[in-house]
Amino acid sequence: MWRWVVLMMFLALPAQATEEVVLGLSQDQVAITATYNGSEILIFGAIKRDGPVPEGPPLQVIVAVSGPDEPVLVRRKEKRYGVWMNTDSVLVDSAPSFYAVATSGPFSEVLKDIEDLRYKVSIERAIRSVGAAMSIKNAQRFADAVVRIRENNGLYKTLENAVAVDQQTLFRTSIAMPSNLTEGEYSARIFLTRGGKIISLYATTIDVKKVGLERWLYNMSREKPFWYGLMALAIAIAAGWGASTIFTVLRRG
Amino acid sequence: MQIYLPIAEVSVNAFLLFGLGGLVGILSGMFGVGGGFLMTPLLFFIGIPPAVAVATGANQIVASSISGVLAHLRRKTVDLKMGTILMIGGLIGAAAGVFLFNYLKSLGQIDLFVKLCYVLFLGVIGGLMFIESLNAIRNTRKGKVPKRKRHGIILGLPFKTRFRTSGLYISILPPLMIGVMVGILVAIMGVGGGFIMVPAMIYLLGMPTKVVVGTSLFQIIFVTGFTTMLHATTNYTVDVALAVFLLVGGVIGAQIGARIGVKLKAEQLRIALAIMVLAVCFKLGLDLFLQPAELYSLASAGRH
Repeated sequence: MWRWVVLMMFLALPAQATEEVVLGLSQDQVAITATYNGSEILIFGAIKRDGPVPEGPPLQVIVAVSGPDEPVLVRRKEKRYGVWMNTDSVLVDSAPSFYAVATSGPFSEVLKDIEDLRYKVSIERAIRSVGAAMSIKNAQRFADAVVRIRENNGLYKTLENAVAVDQQTLFRTSIAMPSNLTEGEYSARIFLTRGGKIISLYATTIDVKKVGLERWLYNMSREKPFWYGLMALAIAIAAGWGASTIFTVLRRG
Repeated sequence: MQIYLPIAEVSVNAFLLFGLGGLVGILSGMFGVGGGFLMTPLLFFIGIPPAVAVATGANQIVASSISGVLAHLRRKTVDLKMGTILMIGGLIGAAAGVFLFNYLKSLGQIDLFVKLCYVLFLGVIGGLMFIESLNAIRNTRKGKVPKRKRHGIILGLPFKTRFRTSGLYISILPPLMIGVMVGILVAIMGVGGGFIMVPAMIYLLGMPTKVVVGTSLFQIIFVTGFTTMLHATTNYTVDVALAVFLLVGGVIGAQIGARIGVKLKAEQLRIALAIMVLAVCFKLGLDLFLQPAELYSLASAGRH
């Protein structure tokens, strides 16, 4: 689906865009192994242009890395009968499981609000909640709660001034991926802006997947749940019996 | 050393899991409780998703209970006949409990209901045990011989049988009923149920404390094993990697705990368990009655 979105964005771009991104990634896939503890992805590149550096405001770069979108059910607690219980809930239709946006300057200077609205770059815009029930007041607060909770968990972050741009030609940044990463196809979008307007967009994907033992266990739990459950029990029984036997032997010896 | 858990999808410290398993294992061996009522909240604290914590907790309890029950079997402090009857009741109750759990889940208030269950049961049982144990200690100081209570109704029921290990001659109906009741609670609260089973055996059936712990563990193995299978096949939330780390600590802890338990007097054992139960009850009660720092909570929608 992303390919179409990207294609349409290209078509929508103004014709005078002569500056393009040539991108490099330190890794185009993240392998989640048994000892995976977060990783850092280095995103770097150069700007290819036909003529000299155009006049006017300096070139700015925005890098946005986004995890797979999924619906999130947000619940709010209220005090009823003296107890704090869930009362209202709102289904946020689509929120990325991970979202990091790095910019080469202050966000408001690098990107105009109207462009943000169109390309959904900032965290707030990347979350969509059209399905909120009309009976619930302040549905926006539920969407805000998603951002707040995930920001606190390090899943959403805005990194201002985190992209280094040299000579308006070379840029680089690094995005730290957290340890509690979910699987899926992550998208990386690189925007070039001048005076807050997007002049070029480049998009690519980063594959995040479990490998080895992690992959095997995950697949088995989904495809052969009965045998997976029996395996879990067998391990438990063996461990319990084993420890008991070892301790008896130790005590005698 | 960080370990990424394949089902929970989080990365946690292996030694932390090992230590957590060990701590709960010691309690399991000492008191005959599975430790689920401690393990489940502790797993929440280190960031394991609740559904995975409950399911994996059940699997871990199987291991520490087996380790504990073998230690008790060697000392012949397991009433197998009583345990089997409790277990049959427990399996029936667990199946009914899962049904009730899914119904409440569809109403959207399962979290609150589970917490209220915890506060209610832990509070009542902890309080009763605490008072009872205090009286027992006072009586032994005065030199009185404790009288074992006999309930008139229980004695009058049919299908009487002799439980040699427990030294009882009672109907099989009360233990069967207790098994069913505890089984329902096990499925709803996601715990082994020892903290309800142990007092029920002492106060309702009049079983001697020494036999109670081993018999409770014996029964817990089957009920939690059954629960593990239910979770693995319906919710896919059993994390084997998480379970392995917890149970390595757990089985060792259970062995140490069983040995500490033998050295303590029955009243001391009971009072210690009562204090622990009350502490957990207090903590959970605070969460319900005080305003939480974050009023909103996130749940994945439609992923399963």
